Amino acid sequence: MLGMSANSVSYNEQGSVESGVDAAQENSSIPGGFSSGGAAFSLFSADCKKNEDLKEMLESNKESLKLEAMKRIVGLIAKGKNASELFPAVVKNVASKNIELKKLVYVYLVRYAEEQQDLALLSISTFQRALKDPNQLIRASALRVLSSIRVPIIVPIMMLAIKEAATDLSPYVRKTAAHAIQKLYSLDPDQKEHLIEVIEKLLKDKSTLVAGSVVMAFEEVCPDRIDLIHKNYRKLCNLLVDVEEWGQVVIIHMLTRYARTQFVSPWREDAMFDENNEKAFYDSEEERKVEQTRPYIMDPDHRLLLRNTKPLLQSRNSQVVMAVSQLYWHLAPKHELSIITKSLVRLLRSHREVQYVVLQNIATMSIQRKGMFEPFMKSFYVRSTDATHIKTLKLEILTNLANEANISTILREFQTYVKSQDKAFAAATIQAIGRCATNISEVTDTCLNGLVLLLSNRDETVVAESVVVIKKLLQTQPSQHSDIIKHMAKLFDNITVPMARASILWLMGEYCEHVPKIAPDVLRKMAKTFTNEEDIVKLQIVNLAAKLYLTNSKQTKLLTQYILNLGKYDQNYDIRDRTRFIRQLIVPNEKSGALSKYARRILMAPKPAPVLQSAFKDRDRFQLGTLSHTLNSQASGYLELSDWPAVAPDQSVRNVEVVEPVKEAGAPALRKSKTAKSNEKFYSDSEEEEEEEEEGSSSEGSSSSSSEESVSESESEENSDDSNKSSSSQSEKSSSESDSEKKKKTLKNKKLQQQKPDSKDRKQKNGNAVKVESRSESESGSESSSSESSSESGSELDSDSDSGTDQKKNTKPKPVQSKPFIKQVEKKEVSLLDLDDFSPVPVTTPKSSILSPNLLSDLQGLLISPTTSALQASSPVFVPETSHELLHRMTGKGLSAQYRFTRQPCIYGNSMVSLQLTLRKITNQSIKNTHITKNTPNKTQNTQSSNAIERLEPQASVTVSMGVDFNDSTQAANFQLCTKEDEFSVSIQPAVGELLLPITMSEADFTKEQGKLMGMNESSATITMTPENVSSQSVNRKVVSVANIGVIPSSQENIYRFAGKTVSSGSLVLVSVALKDPDAVITINTEKTVIGSMLLRQFKTALTNSGP
Amino acid sequence: MIHSLFLVNASGDIFLEKHWKSVVSRSVCDYFFEALERATEPENVPPVIPTPHHYLINVLRHRIYFVAVIQSEVPPLFVIEFLHRVVDTFQDYFGVCTEAAIKDNVVVVYELLEEMLDNGFPLATESNILKELIKPPTILRTVVNTITGSTNVGEQLPTGQLSVVPWRRTGVKYTNNEAYFDVIEEIDAIIDKSGSTITAEIQGVIDACVKLTGMPDLTLSFMNPRLLDDVSFHPCVRFKRWEAERILSFIPPDGNFRLLSYHVSSQNLVAIPVYVKHNISFREGSSQGRFELTLGPKQTMGKAVESVLVSSQLPRGVLNANLNPSQGTYTFDPVTKLLSWDVGKINPQKLPSLKGSMSLQAGASKPDENPTINIQFKIQQLAISGLKVNRLDMYGEKYKPFKGIKYMTKAGKFQVRT
Repeated sequence: MLGMSANSVSYNEQGSVESGVDAAQENSSIPGGFSSGGAAFSLFSADCKKNEDLKEMLESNKESLKLEAMKRIVGLIAKGKNASELFPAVVKNVASKNIELKKLVYVYLVRYAEEQQDLALLSISTFQRALKDPNQLIRASALRVLSSIRVPIIVPIMMLAIKEAATDLSPYVRKTAAHAIQKLYSLDPDQKEHLIEVIEKLLKDKSTLVAGSVVMAFEEVCPDRIDLIHKNYRKLCNLLVDVEEWGQVVIIHMLTRYARTQFVSPWREDAMFDENNEKAFYDSEEERKVEQTRPYIMDPDHRLLLRNTKPLLQSRNSQVVMAVSQLYWHLAPKHELSIITKSLVRLLRSHREVQYVVLQNIATMSIQRKGMFEPFMKSFYVRSTDATHIKTLKLEILTNLANEANISTILREFQTYVKSQDKAFAAATIQAIGRCATNISEVTDTCLNGLVLLLSNRDETVVAESVVVIKKLLQTQPSQHSDIIKHMAKLFDNITVPMARASILWLMGEYCEHVPKIAPDVLRKMAKTFTNEEDIVKLQIVNLAAKLYLTNSKQTKLLTQYILNLGKYDQNYDIRDRTRFIRQLIVPNEKSGALSKYARRILMAPKPAPVLQSAFKDRDRFQLGTLSHTLNSQASGYLELSDWPAVAPDQSVRNVEVVEPVKEAGAPALRKSKTAKSNEKFYSDSEEEEEEEEEGSSSEGSSSSSSEESVSESESEENSDDSNKSSSSQSEKSSSESDSEKKKKTLKNKKLQQQKPDSKDRKQKNGNAVKVESRSESESGSESSSSESSSESGSELDSDSDSGTDQKKNTKPKPVQSKPFIKQVEKKEVSLLDLDDFSPVPVTTPKSSILSPNLLSDLQGLLISPTTSALQASSPVFVPETSHELLHRMTGKGLSAQYRFTRQPCIYGNSMVSLQLTLRKITNQSIKNTHITKNTPNKTQNTQSSNAIERLEPQASVTVSMGVDFNDSTQAANFQLCTKEDEFSVSIQPAVGELLLPITMSEADFTKEQGKLMGMNESSATITMTPENVSSQSVNRKVVSVANIGVIPSSQENIYRFAGKTVSSGSLVLVSVALKDPDAVITINTEKTVIGSMLLRQFKTALTNSGP
Repeated sequence: MIHSLFLVNASGDIFLEKHWKSVVSRSVCDYFFEALERATEPENVPPVIPTPHHYLINVLRHRIYFVAVIQSEVPPLFVIEFLHRVVDTFQDYFGVCTEAAIKDNVVVVYELLEEMLDNGFPLATESNILKELIKPPTILRTVVNTITGSTNVGEQLPTGQLSVVPWRRTGVKYTNNEAYFDVIEEIDAIIDKSGSTITAEIQGVIDACVKLTGMPDLTLSFMNPRLLDDVSFHPCVRFKRWEAERILSFIPPDGNFRLLSYHVSSQNLVAIPVYVKHNISFREGSSQGRFELTLGPKQTMGKAVESVLVSSQLPRGVLNANLNPSQGTYTFDPVTKLLSWDVGKINPQKLPSLKGSMSLQAGASKPDENPTINIQFKIQQLAISGLKVNRLDMYGEKYKPFKGIKYMTKAGKFQVRT
């Protein structure tokens, strides 16, 4: 293939060069005039002359001359002049070293390659070479140009290049590849299947740079292959915040369509409610209560999308705001819609064109949901400087918003508009008044009177419009308004606008009984002017004549006949037809038959009043924000938004099972190789899965309905995300080039805490730091950030000075003295993650938790940062089964309580240790209303109220989960267990190993982190191992049973490494055990030196003791 | 997405075209010219024009129409927003965005457009990235380039492209490190005939000019952040931090950028800094009309109201105006009927006024509409909403930057109905 094309190239090259030369010679023979005279001929020849010297310049050896020539050629292209004859001369420079020259040649090539296909092939080899260039910018631009050359013969080359670029190490090149997919598709749609493969591969890409472009390609090439999205759905949702703004738009639109096919409607709450009511008859009381309050349960993935798009409403890009708004409009439960209002109203301050589109969308929305925009009514007041189409749209919205309460304000505003100098706008206002009058019966009379006053307006359009509107209004209640009809009859002579005249005539005819004297007179006048009237008026004259003939034939018989005769010979066939028809209908003769008997009933039938409705009424058939919506007609390529499915398709399709090792080949080049391993885990789906499973298994007696599972899934995801977050914040601390993106991203939350102290004096700050932290923690009351806050203080100190660690020590006890916070939510017996407590309904969720997925996305944003060393929270290696006694049955008057550490990330908050509490009733009475209260009122941290266990049957046991924030100390947590009758003070003292959460990291990261935690952060001890402990398994087992830490794969045989982080502050805890027969050195590196030394003690005992 | 772009000047000539996919003939613009002809005012051209095979989406900025040609469904705002971004970029590069500037820099324009769109989809729109790819033309650089043969085009992929701070380039160095913030508020108001406020809102922006070495991390806090009702941010601002603490924390782009735009709701009472006394009347049957206008300051917090400019579109029936300003100068254009009065500074002791008569078309009836008066003004060192920056801190770099904050209040769409 390649060889062939090369042959043809060389052949064609000769041919066209020759012809080019010929042309040039011809041109030069024409005497070229440089005068800029207007004659087309001289201009043309001047061009040719110029082109001639351009050619010389291009063929010269001087770069600067060539560049100059190219600049002038680009100027020609920009002006739309033809410069195609220079193609051979230009294409020679495609391999130039000068990058600007090269770029300009590219511009030229892309413009003319289609016309000069054969010559264009000359350049292909250059691009193929450039595709292998070490500079990613050059690779990318080569691919860009190669794919932009619309020459069908190079399709296979393009395909190859795209496939290769899709696995390029540079995300920028992969982005270019995504763009090239669309170009190739439009060039050769037959390649679709191959291209879909590439799209599938690129969809898995985790770079924010690629995401937008590949989704764009997806939308262009295979928008119906929704199945490709499933596995990437959550990733896309989470990446969204960090994708560049244009990509965000495309992704949001795609996800909107996706969501409409995958989730059930959140709008049918009423229906659901009823069903549940019925069902509740068969259910226990408890359950009914539950279901009534939460009739609809949103798919967590659906919620994820809504939650992750919400911050984008604050984007500076109007289209991003619009895209999120339409997403909420089409996907969100109705009560959540109001959050988009402010942002949309904000866009009204933007450029005229933006206003136009936004107003159109608001107009559609305001028909269905007035309430959304009513508080902002004044933002839609018209200014005299607005463009006409803006004014009309504002008017439309104001009319839509009108109701009984605000109509007087709106009408007053309309009065000003009627006087506007812009008469078209004044006319539109009159229409709007008419609509208000029909919609709100209270003001019909007021409006009608106002409109009648306008009839004396000097401007004809205003009067005409008023007449038309009055006509419509009168139809609703004609009997009371015969005086208005009379008034209009008087005006008739002065009105020249045909539509208005026709309207008055129609009114006369329709209500001739109300004005029996005037109507025949009007008809008489019309008979005189019939021939001079417009067609539309003539038709109404015929109409009026017919009606009068039927009601008042004595006076009008002759007149009618005269008019019918005039009509019979009219030039317009419509009028002739109408006349013939009317004559047959009303004048009885032998031919007309039975019909004329009904003439009166036909012509004088009561007619329904017209419904005046918004011009935007039918626009809601289009997706908001689309071109089709703006035009109110389907644009080509419009993708219909499907209806909600009645039953949600399988949710599990979005679960991601395996991390494909393949994709690492295509991973961003800038990841450091040593972090590559951990990066792989960064998004680790498998991990999430694991956690899910464990979560499931640890929730005792959980009923396994799928929806419940999915909730627990998402919860655990969130948790792992959060722990990702804090762990990576640590890694960041360590990385030297942490400045830029990571700061931006991960410090975001942590800085919250840093801020206050920093604004004070340094010294003072040190003293205050912890106080401030705990205060703000208590304020936020969120799960998101207490751990981050403390980790921040850690890193801050770290960077500060050595004294940081001292200070750490100093500050540490503080939270300890103040007793630990406890937060717990008790569960019904059903499951650990009972839906009702975790229903994602936003109203009940604290604000910050809505935002928490952003933490994840922030993290994911880190991915493309070159310096990321990722730490990944992992699931516990070992979960001890031993329970500890909390309340003995003797002291508890028959209630016994035991607790056990689940070693899971706590669902209540990041900084909490997760506990499982088992309550058992031994005596025979049942206990009601057991609940847990905090002992320490001064602790304000977690104020979420816990659900009480309503009833505990004798001998039954109930397991609840709870979270305790020990604040990284082994100080006991005191709280009270209350039953209806009694209160028992209990306390939980954690083993130091339970204050940790396992994390995984690469070995390289481990050593790096360890290197940073030397000196007084390191504690080590040498012990003599008992022989049975020497095996790797037993070391691992011993260590992980003592502390909840993760095992790090080690390349050295006799060194075992473990990593964890403290739950509350997220400080890194690194443990390594080096065996040197028979001794072993245990080293613990952590900035929490207290924890370090306590851990060391426990490891020592564990490893020296024999036994299991 | 975007197929082609045509630039049309005020007189209706296409002076630049660029195609990203197959070439679309410029005759497609005929539909646009038709719409242009139909429109009474340049602003009245509908932004979206359907044609049989294409859709034309245009924006009008600096008296140039930017007409984008698209072929299939695409959110219209997407195109509109992009076109505005193009204009902003041109302005950023050439100082002004006029036909002359674009023609003079046609090569740079072309290079920019090439980078900003790939196959019609936006590629790089961030000013900092573009400036690394294509250096803005300066006189010095032009001279140097002609002598040394060096180019305007960068050889390396801009560092920002790949980082998570795409808006900031790396390796920024300044000898003087400075960060300036301008808090600019605009009052949009409609005042009715009797002088009462129908609607008033404050729209504010914080424009920044940051010239700081390295990767500074800035934090800006307000004394009274709760004032801000609705905000939109430059992508550099950390949203969560704002949500939690109402503090702006960001790594700034290099150079000029808009950090924040905000809205102070109409629920709060908005101080109206000027009042207008007017008496514009026409008598039935007379060919004369009276015109009286007096301006005065109110609620200005002791600051002077400057650069006052009053303009009004008089009714079509007015032939001429013979007015007498107590200060400043006025002009009346008999063709467009636009009256504008450049007042200057308002002196509270001696209020500026404009009085006189208007001559009407003889025999014509009195115009039944009353003109609206548009007012522009500026008040230095005042943010009318009362917003105050508390402090600005920098982290991440060692040096001490020079910091400056300026407040200004302007009239936005400030209209008085008569």
